[in-house]
Amino acid sequence: METSERRVISVIVINESSVLSRITDLFSARGYNITSLTVAPIPESKYSRLTIVTSGSVRVIEQITKQLHKLIPVLKVYEHEDLVEKEMSMVKFPASENIADISTLCEAYNGKIVNVGENVIIVMIADEPKRIENFLKLIKRYNPKEIVRSGAVALER
Amino acid sequence: MQISGAQMVIEALIAEEVTTVFGYPGGAIMNVYDEIYKQDGFQHILTRHEQAAIHAAEGYSKASGKVGVAMITSGPGFTNAVTGLADAYMDSIPMVVISGQVPMSLIGTDAFQEIDAVGISRSCTKHNYLVTCAADLPRVLKEAFHIAATGRPGPVHVDIPKDVTAEIAEFNYDIELNLETYKPHVKGNPRQIKKAIQAIADAKRPLFYLGGGIINANAAYEVRDFVHKTGIPAVETFMARGTLSYDDELLVGMLGMHGSYASNMAMSETDLVIALGARFDDRVTGKLSEFAKNAGVIHVDIDPASISKLVNADYPIVGDVKNVVNDMLAQVDKIDSKKYASWRDVINNFEKLHPLAYHEDTDRIKPQWVIERVGELLGDDANISTDVGQHQMWSGQFYPFTRPRQFISSGGLGTMGFGFPAAMGVKAASPEKTSINFTGDGSILMNCQELMTAVEKKIPVINIILNNNFLGMVRQWQTLFYDKRHSETDLSVQPDFVKLAEAFGGIGYRVKTKEEFDAALKDAIEKNIVAFIEVIVERMENVMPMVPAGGSLFNMMLLEKKGAK
Repeated sequence: METSERRVISVIVINESSVLSRITDLFSARGYNITSLTVAPIPESKYSRLTIVTSGSVRVIEQITKQLHKLIPVLKVYEHEDLVEKEMSMVKFPASENIADISTLCEAYNGKIVNVGENVIIVMIADEPKRIENFLKLIKRYNPKEIVRSGAVALER
Repeated sequence: MQISGAQMVIEALIAEEVTTVFGYPGGAIMNVYDEIYKQDGFQHILTRHEQAAIHAAEGYSKASGKVGVAMITSGPGFTNAVTGLADAYMDSIPMVVISGQVPMSLIGTDAFQEIDAVGISRSCTKHNYLVTCAADLPRVLKEAFHIAATGRPGPVHVDIPKDVTAEIAEFNYDIELNLETYKPHVKGNPRQIKKAIQAIADAKRPLFYLGGGIINANAAYEVRDFVHKTGIPAVETFMARGTLSYDDELLVGMLGMHGSYASNMAMSETDLVIALGARFDDRVTGKLSEFAKNAGVIHVDIDPASISKLVNADYPIVGDVKNVVNDMLAQVDKIDSKKYASWRDVINNFEKLHPLAYHEDTDRIKPQWVIERVGELLGDDANISTDVGQHQMWSGQFYPFTRPRQFISSGGLGTMGFGFPAAMGVKAASPEKTSINFTGDGSILMNCQELMTAVEKKIPVINIILNNNFLGMVRQWQTLFYDKRHSETDLSVQPDFVKLAEAFGGIGYRVKTKEEFDAALKDAIEKNIVAFIEVIVERMENVMPMVPAGGSLFNMMLLEKKGAK
């Protein structure tokens, strides 16, 4: 059995209707996994950039990039080797928790409190996906009410 | 000029030099059909089912090399066509399929005959479009034809809402396409080609593995030249039949599940596979880990995703196979054809050991005999289509193909019901040749309504029904692998095929002897109308040799030896 590795692939596509479903259909039709997916338009262009976190053997990853390339609206596919990767996460806590502790913890993970309400506080952090996972483990003791993760974005070094 | 979307469709088809369109009208496509009524730039052939329209366009495309065009309406019209789209996609057939859609204002409301057509066709087309305004139509149609025919060919689906076909906009087809995200790689890398030539020169037992991509690329005659100049033996896939002529000394035969013993053994013994336009399909390779186990692999393909998908390529060359073979021919003097003489002897011995054969029977006609007989009588003068099943494999094994585009069959998807409509398309593209459809008593019923089309449009397709009163291929597997439990494959109850053909205005024959068959075929050709020739054949005949699914190519079930023909 070939070993499966986590890979980050960036795809530059024409920003047109149905392009996202072309990409996701390809993954489901060929039995590939999507761990996370982020999409946003590239400023001042007709293109969008997708960052896909996936996993598979070397052969599978090679097939994924080739199959992505075959889609007509795909301009470029980058299979990243050496990259800077960041993900954002927001967490909602009860306002009754220790705000000072939470705030300190957030700072250690590139984040801060972004909203304080009567009943809840909301924090955000932006860091590497692995560190986000660490953070989410650590904050369990503060009884988080809701957690969202953005999925990764990445740039080649 | 300012014209309606419907008129644009007509103008674009004429500009693309389309001569034949297959289709079926309906509510959402009526504006376009109204314009078809008014024009005389191309002929429209009304099939009696949308699936048949697509298969007919596929047959037309495969026989002519041109882009096949079909037209259908929304909803059920479109869903009926999906099998055809998937078939064309699997076999890389260049097609433009235009469907009507409910008006823009109704899209998403579950309107009458509404279905998300582009959502469905996305995974079985090379590309698709939902056209949202008439101003986009000229560009979209031009792109559709371009994308269908270039790179690895395939079907392109264009879905046009009814109000868009009524909308008036500027039509200018004389536009430059600017597809910056679509630039197929057609020229092979010269360094890779040089390395590949060196690898061939160094090899002791090289083998050409010829695939259907050669036919698509119109490269068969270049490949013939290359094979002859190198003296290297060649095996063909089912889809590549006709690349080399059947009597070519260097043609070993067809390989794969029902390939010849010699072809499969050659593939197992070779030290260098030269794959041209082939994609290492599971029906070809058998057990992958045992496939050409000791061989290096040169893989030439227009589609980078086909290379190293299943078998790792040591010399990957992305490019149009015609270009690449021409580039290779320029260096062919580096290859010494005499060097492979002993390898050719080895293969000749394989051929002598277990030639492709069948046992004759005195009582009943053997299905293989029918194929061979048509080959003897018509040979190069016929184009051969098939349906799917045993008769299809026998056609691939026993017909003496002499040229590319002579053999039209549903290879990748394996669509029963393909043969008859495809044979109509073949006849429309190539009227000077007799259009034969080898079919079975199972397959023919899946599109037999096309008798009406063939009668109305005077398309004299000769359907040769090898009737064993079984769903033969499935029955064969049940016999061999399911302990003879013939579950739901016994087709003892069948229509009267002669009356069926006659009911539509065609001609029918039922034959039980060889003499009757010869007479029926002769008569059908003379009568020059659509015909069913039902041949009562041996019921339990199996397609042999055979590599059981997932088995290794060198481990074949062989024809039992007894006074073999």
